[in-house]
Amino acid sequence: MSHTPPNTTAPATGETSTTGTARVKRGMAEQLKGGVIMDVVTPEQAKIAEDAGAVAVMALERVPADIRKDGGVASMSDPDMIEGIIDAVSIPVMAKSRIGHFVEAQVLQALGVDYIDESEVLTPADEVNHSDKWAFTTPFVCGATNLGEALRRITEGAAMIRSKGEAGTGNVVEAVRHLRQIRGEINRLRCMAEDELYVAAKNLQAPYELVKEVATLGKLPVVLFSAGGVATPADAALMMQLGAEGVFVGSGIFKSGDPAQRAAAIVKATTFHDDPKVIADVSRGLGEAMVGINCDDLPENERYANRGW
Amino acid sequence: MSSLSSTNAVVGVLALQGDVREHLAALAEADVLARPVRRPEELEDIDGLVIPGGESTTMSKLAVAFDMLGPLRARIRAGLPAYGSCAGMIMLADKILDGRDDQETIGGIDMTVRRNAFGRQNESFEAAVEIAGVGGGPVEGVFIRAPWVESVGAGVEVLSRLADETIVAVRQGNLLATSFHPELTGDHRVHRFFAEIVRAARAEIGSR
Repeated sequence: MSHTPPNTTAPATGETSTTGTARVKRGMAEQLKGGVIMDVVTPEQAKIAEDAGAVAVMALERVPADIRKDGGVASMSDPDMIEGIIDAVSIPVMAKSRIGHFVEAQVLQALGVDYIDESEVLTPADEVNHSDKWAFTTPFVCGATNLGEALRRITEGAAMIRSKGEAGTGNVVEAVRHLRQIRGEINRLRCMAEDELYVAAKNLQAPYELVKEVATLGKLPVVLFSAGGVATPADAALMMQLGAEGVFVGSGIFKSGDPAQRAAAIVKATTFHDDPKVIADVSRGLGEAMVGINCDDLPENERYANRGW
Repeated sequence: MSSLSSTNAVVGVLALQGDVREHLAALAEADVLARPVRRPEELEDIDGLVIPGGESTTMSKLAVAFDMLGPLRARIRAGLPAYGSCAGMIMLADKILDGRDDQETIGGIDMTVRRNAFGRQNESFEAAVEIAGVGGGPVEGVFIRAPWVESVGAGVEVLSRLADETIVAVRQGNLLATSFHPELTGDHRVHRFFAEIVRAARAEIGSR
């Protein structure tokens, strides 16, 4: 996939150099692998996240748990608040736009964020279309509950995919479902005969070329992270063992009793996800985890994972 | 060392965080045995080490937390060949600018490296890069929130500069560092170049 509009300029190098290529966008996500991306709402929280070893922070006004509680329309964060976080840390800063709200995305690009999350956690602005992500220099991450959804987002230009999970619940069950679903569907593609891939593409509602690429690679052509509901070090390690290449943690850190310690513990458990001794050590004395919500108790219209198409 | 008895050089990829898989794949193409290393004891029987791209502050924190920093420094001081791309370049620098105040590096190359020197992700770019010692024309340089080399000591060989003279690849003895990510391109010439350094160092140890 290389239909990115090339932004060829002659910048400081004096040679021809190109920004905003698919390789530079997807490559950025490759650098985040094995790491933890943390939701933060203030520069102070961003510093705690960086101190704990986060590979990036997600700057937002309210963590999903509070968006859930407060209700109403959730939109892009205040630029002042995003810039405050950009100035506070040296690691990459991501921020969320509403689904299909390409103007919010334009604003985030102008603010210089490193990655845009076109996120179902905010109130969708378009019930049919997602933003055309090829039109941006800033790379995008998008959520997916299954392979077809992931491939449609990649077709639109997403350079990174994450599970949707059920953000703000502190309950990992939905992220597990999405990751197992995506991985399972990839595994089934790998075993298919050539001629079966055409029908698979039809059923997945995704372009054949992309389906064929996934069948050959045995993985998505972009990085796959887990997101939604991770609250403990063991949750993060579970997602890694299920095949996530890294972990987003939203409300799970700053809605817990001791955010700094929990953040550092989740970072360590992500790196040593296959070493139960390390996970045991970092899980000791962490204090209270966030109070979770049973996803079965959520009314249908309060399920963020259903947003996006 | 046990690896001396095997036919193939063993190169570890520091697997605390970052694009480990891409380096493992590129090293396999360069005809060495590649394996991830995360624990001090795993450093014992490797002939070379790659420090991948990633987030240097995270890598540094984890290296300290899991008691890797001391053993890494000791091995590299004792002559272990090492190659660092992007964050790996930062980790191999004796001095860094624009890092966190408490950011530790492994060090080894007498250079000062500026972190995120080219800017944020919107300024990340691709450009063709000539590297001294790597034949076959320029490699595709993928620069992602990349560092550059601000200055080098007398013992450091500059392998590559951009047209504006910015230093983006260096070598000092058995240590190699690039601002960019050859592991993302499918062109394995830089990894082959490093594999040759590893094999030469290994032959020298073997002949002692």
